[in-house]
Amino acid sequence: MVNLKGKNLVSISDYNKEEYLEILRIASEFENNPKQELLCDKVIASIFFEPSTRTRLSFESAASMLGAKVIGFSNPAATSQSKGESLHDTIKMLSSYSDLIVMRNPIEGSARYASEVASVPFINAGDGANQHPTQCMLDLYSILKTQGTLENLNITMVGDLKYGRTVHSLVQAMCNFNATFHFVSPEELKMPSSIKRNIKDANLKYSQYTDINEIISFSDIIYMTRVQRERFSDPLEYEKVKDSCILRAENLKGCKDNMRILHPLPRVNEIATDVDQTIHAYYFQQAQNGVYVRQALMAAILGVK
Amino acid sequence: MTNISKKELVVSAIENGTVIDHIPADQVLMVLGILGLNNHKDEILVGMNLSSKKYGKKGIIKVRNKYFEQKDLNKIALVAPYATLIEIKNYEVINKKNVEIPDNIEKILKCINPNCITNKETIDTKFKVIEKESLKIQCHYCEKTMSNIRFAE
Repeated sequence: MVNLKGKNLVSISDYNKEEYLEILRIASEFENNPKQELLCDKVIASIFFEPSTRTRLSFESAASMLGAKVIGFSNPAATSQSKGESLHDTIKMLSSYSDLIVMRNPIEGSARYASEVASVPFINAGDGANQHPTQCMLDLYSILKTQGTLENLNITMVGDLKYGRTVHSLVQAMCNFNATFHFVSPEELKMPSSIKRNIKDANLKYSQYTDINEIISFSDIIYMTRVQRERFSDPLEYEKVKDSCILRAENLKGCKDNMRILHPLPRVNEIATDVDQTIHAYYFQQAQNGVYVRQALMAAILGVK
Repeated sequence: MTNISKKELVVSAIENGTVIDHIPADQVLMVLGILGLNNHKDEILVGMNLSSKKYGKKGIIKVRNKYFEQKDLNKIALVAPYATLIEIKNYEVINKKNVEIPDNIEKILKCINPNCITNKETIDTKFKVIEKESLKIQCHYCEKTMSNIRFAE
């Protein structure tokens, strides 16, 4: 029996396989029936220390659909942090005003620290380049929904695999489901060795490529990420590799019918707009799934599901 | 006492306490700091750049009237992995120990990630040792793995 009541979510590895599956099961219930006023007597603190569109709005939308009251801020300039208040004191105070804290903060490790200071449950909505576990949960939900299973899939990840926190978390999570990984990236942005070690520790396989066309036909999921110009020390290097990680509709000939393309968004040019019209594009539905997954997390953590 | 060689008497014997031997010559002051001996009130004898058959040059620390817990001593394994610890009572050796790199390291190290919360607010650092041989550690907070350790000032 999986019981997530009171359990913080800071890092994707805080939860195990059974707990992921329980969240995905509850998310599916919410997808079928999104408006369930289960948290009418609860207050959710939504504190965003840096700008966020999708994550903040989907959390607040999820909380509203559950009937919870939402307090918080999306502009730290208007808070006592701007007067020099420590994160410790902000979280202490919010613990007495709310039943659950959802925080995004650009400082890495701030989420783990806040979860230790808080006396109410805590959900990490992104801490700098470190973790963004609710994005990973919605990625898992999207994979499950499109493939009918999470087991034994070929997962291809494309773009900035070095700095992209979403791909790191997704690898860690998918290591529980016997996945085979394919990594496509410029040399400078390869998957870090610490993440590759997780795959080896799980006795799973990965392979690395520099051209996306080499692997499209084998993939069940293609997870695209942005390659950012500022990641390159040499601008010429960026110019050389920037097109190797762009997906166009013409690349999709010969891919599996059921292959789906995911992207954490926002995209720039790494997925050409002609891909949007194909049956393989799933990134907009993926963003929508974020609401159900966040409903599931809040309901499970507050013990009403 | 008659059997004690001249070399060992370079730093005089203690009646009761702990001898930490085989410290790399350049890490003696670091070991004192890690064990919090900078503020120790009793006598401490320190030998630096002593000749060692095994290691060339070594350091030694003798702390009078003090015995350490193994978990505290293990902290020095980060800078002195081959240190040996000898507990003395009435000039007799009563116990010999080696140090071992601990599974978790608290307070003494600094995270190398400048954007880690531990470098922004006053928080005790915590690290998990993920590879003892090559000394690879992971920050409990920002989860960054690192192999070049840095001590907190």
